[in-house]
Amino acid sequence: MRSREDVLEILEAALRHSRADQTEVVVWNRELQLTRFANSAIHQNLAESNTQVRVRVALGKRLGHAVTNRTEAAEVAQAVDRAIALARLVEPNKEFVSLPAPAPLPEVRAFFAATAASEPESRADVVARVAGIAQKGNCEAAGSLSVSVDVLGVGSSLGIRAYQPVTQAQFTMIVTDSDASGFAQAVSRDLSKLDCSAAAETALRKCLDSRRPANLTPGEYAVVLEPAAMGELILFLAYLGFGATVVQEDRSFLCGRFGTQVMSEQVSIWDDGLDARGLPLAFDFEGMPKRRVDLIERGVARGVVYDSYSAHKEKKTSTGHALPAPNTWGPIPTNLFMATGASSLREMIEGTERGVLVTRFHYVNPIHEKRTDVTGMTRDGTFLIEAGRIARPLRNLRFTQSIVEALSGVDLLGSEAEVVGECTVPAVKLRRFRFSS
Amino acid sequence: MRDLVRLAVDHALERGATYADARAITREVETLEVKNGAVAGAASETESGIGVRVIARGAWGFAATADLDRAAIERAVETALRIARAGARASAGEVELAAAPAARASWKSQFQVDPFQVPLDEKVRVLLEADRLAHSLPEVKVSMASMRFQREHKFFASSEGSDLEQERLESGGQLSVTAASAEELQERSYPSALDGFHAARGYEVIREINLPAAAEKTAKQAVDLLTAKPCPSGEMPILIEGSQMALQIHESCGHPTELDRVFGAETSYAGTSFLTPDKLGHFRYGSEKVNLVADATAPGGLGTFGYDDEGVAAQKTDLVREGIFRGYLSSRETAQRLGQASGGTMRAEAWNHIPLVRMTNVNLEPGDWSLEEMIEDVGKGLYLETTRSWSIDDQRLNFQFATQAAWEIEDGSLGALVRNATYQGVTPDFWGSCDAVGNAKTWRLWGVVNCAKGEPVQLMHVGHGAAPTRFSRVRVGVLQHG
Repeated sequence: MRSREDVLEILEAALRHSRADQTEVVVWNRELQLTRFANSAIHQNLAESNTQVRVRVALGKRLGHAVTNRTEAAEVAQAVDRAIALARLVEPNKEFVSLPAPAPLPEVRAFFAATAASEPESRADVVARVAGIAQKGNCEAAGSLSVSVDVLGVGSSLGIRAYQPVTQAQFTMIVTDSDASGFAQAVSRDLSKLDCSAAAETALRKCLDSRRPANLTPGEYAVVLEPAAMGELILFLAYLGFGATVVQEDRSFLCGRFGTQVMSEQVSIWDDGLDARGLPLAFDFEGMPKRRVDLIERGVARGVVYDSYSAHKEKKTSTGHALPAPNTWGPIPTNLFMATGASSLREMIEGTERGVLVTRFHYVNPIHEKRTDVTGMTRDGTFLIEAGRIARPLRNLRFTQSIVEALSGVDLLGSEAEVVGECTVPAVKLRRFRFSS
Repeated sequence: MRDLVRLAVDHALERGATYADARAITREVETLEVKNGAVAGAASETESGIGVRVIARGAWGFAATADLDRAAIERAVETALRIARAGARASAGEVELAAAPAARASWKSQFQVDPFQVPLDEKVRVLLEADRLAHSLPEVKVSMASMRFQREHKFFASSEGSDLEQERLESGGQLSVTAASAEELQERSYPSALDGFHAARGYEVIREINLPAAAEKTAKQAVDLLTAKPCPSGEMPILIEGSQMALQIHESCGHPTELDRVFGAETSYAGTSFLTPDKLGHFRYGSEKVNLVADATAPGGLGTFGYDDEGVAAQKTDLVREGIFRGYLSSRETAQRLGQASGGTMRAEAWNHIPLVRMTNVNLEPGDWSLEEMIEDVGKGLYLETTRSWSIDDQRLNFQFATQAAWEIEDGSLGALVRNATYQGVTPDFWGSCDAVGNAKTWRLWGVVNCAKGEPVQLMHVGHGAAPTRFSRVRVGVLQHG
């Protein structure tokens, strides 16, 4: 892991070397260790390490970018020179105003030393343990256990100096039988918070309950979406609609609808990179502090997230959601939260006369971005609910559904939120969801 | 770099590895993006590093380092060995590799014009001109034109005596236009969607696709789609254009024939495959018109190379012949389980990733139909063009695609433009309904630069040769709003 001193030295050397009007340097060091298993045994086991030095320069309104993974002073200087050479040759970008000015950065605990020190022997022991859990049910285990350390440093000629190390531990488990599978996942900044055995037990139970699945006639059904399934839809909603650039370009479902009811009043969605219940992060790739942004408040469209480029277009300030430059899609929220309700998963099932319980989705993609129409499959635990109880497992189903339309029919919200990658969401019961094949 | 890979392999053997290989790579990438009249991205990227793969106590270990000094490489080797020995605690037995001859060779991709020698202002001028012409209509909200060039220099050595040097060049570009109204959003891309047309060739690719020449037509189609007829709903014959066929092949033939996936290696991410070994040699995958090959030797493809990342020579092998499932994409480890030799398809995205079984150029061989003949033969159907959306299940059976544009076929002629077109099917049924494949004149080797696989996800560049292809009865118009 690169230290603060090491990162600042790279930043300062690059900034000293640059003769551009404005210069931004991002140092992104990633160390990943991942143990992957299938058929109840480890089959891939690796350590990856890399450091990117990303340079953005402005000569007036001419922008140039360069990236290198060499961190020696001479190599970084060459990257700065390449960025300047590119900037000299391109046309001015009339909409560029300035790189962002520094802003006070919040303190966020996102680094856990014991997590960073994880060793391959302990990961192998976890795999042996969870494989044993799957074998209790005469099933096979597949999955992965990874630990990463990301160090992000940002410096600019306008005075930004930002440094943050971040750890992340993630465990994914799929238990399989001949005609069935079950899934569970856990993710945290802190490896000690992962209960891999509990996740393995959940995946096993899902798999055993999924044996001998039946077909379901396609059509509209009430659905209970577990957090992994709901989270995937929220992430697509964010990608398709919650960034300033897609709104400015008239591509978002929110265009012309701010301040109006766009979905059920039970739905509140916001982004908050500082909330320790998710996967917190203090600042973005421009070194701008993460700010909470209310996106949907009781079903009403409230706002979107900004980077400095999209913010300047509206004479606003960045909300701390820049991705690495250059980036033509614009900012995206990556610390999403969905408000919880008062129901347990069991109560949602008991309150369903006929519907489908979905553990997770697979291979979701948008088919109409502005309508938020997406398609995908269910996977690793799909069940028919009848008369308030799980009636039988189902073969996987394809859905084709507008996310906004689905969230207009929220019936119940789960009382507990789970971290599902970049969002923290509860289980949700929706009145109508269209399974197309 | 040649010395470094040999150093890594020798050090691994000294420290107890029973097998080792190492790849050292330097890569140079240039990307240029023009959006709505402005240069939104002009980036130059360089990277280098070395990845070391070992077998110790019968298990795999991998580590990589960007530090190219002796001490750092030895540390990476020792990390890989420690990981392998730790993994042996929960492995399924000793890794066995199919025999492969040691290879000592060098290989270079063929090109006419080095894109890195073409002046930057010439490239930017082409993109600005294409973007300007594409943004000529008021309904156009976003126009984008882009180019990407990559040069990779790779050294490989193995403990079995392989010593390889390869240099690959890639070039590609794209134009895309997004038009919007209050409720509609339509995008048209040229020459293809996703990230555009790419090939393992030089700047001649950019000159051939001629983005400015296609800009006005592309923009007009995007705008026309806003008010076009909705896609009909039902079952009918469909004719699919080549770039969408490339993705259809990718999802429903390429991925399910990856032998690591068949053996469960991707269960935790993208899933498994319906093409299990018991089907090999007799399962009817498609109609007798369907001939699919994996061809890493095809000139200019993104899946073209001299040797794979295990040092196995590039090959052309049958996947499907006259509709019957005949073979897999394989590695030394997976092929061994079937008693076969490796198909030579192990590739890693970069120096710091492990190689996986990847598509090379998975091509649908041309048939003998002209495009006109395929249209003339249809009473009522759809002609679908350019990928918009794609999804397929974890066995690679149930798929649904959307295309950017479609046209009705009425009584043997192309008719009205159709918006929001979708089609859905199940892989063997769908390919079983293939009744015409375009001839060699309509066939093109397309490139896909975002094939995701593995954990952590690796994005691989792969090729797909395809021609317009007709299917006799397919469900279209899923979730038709109008």
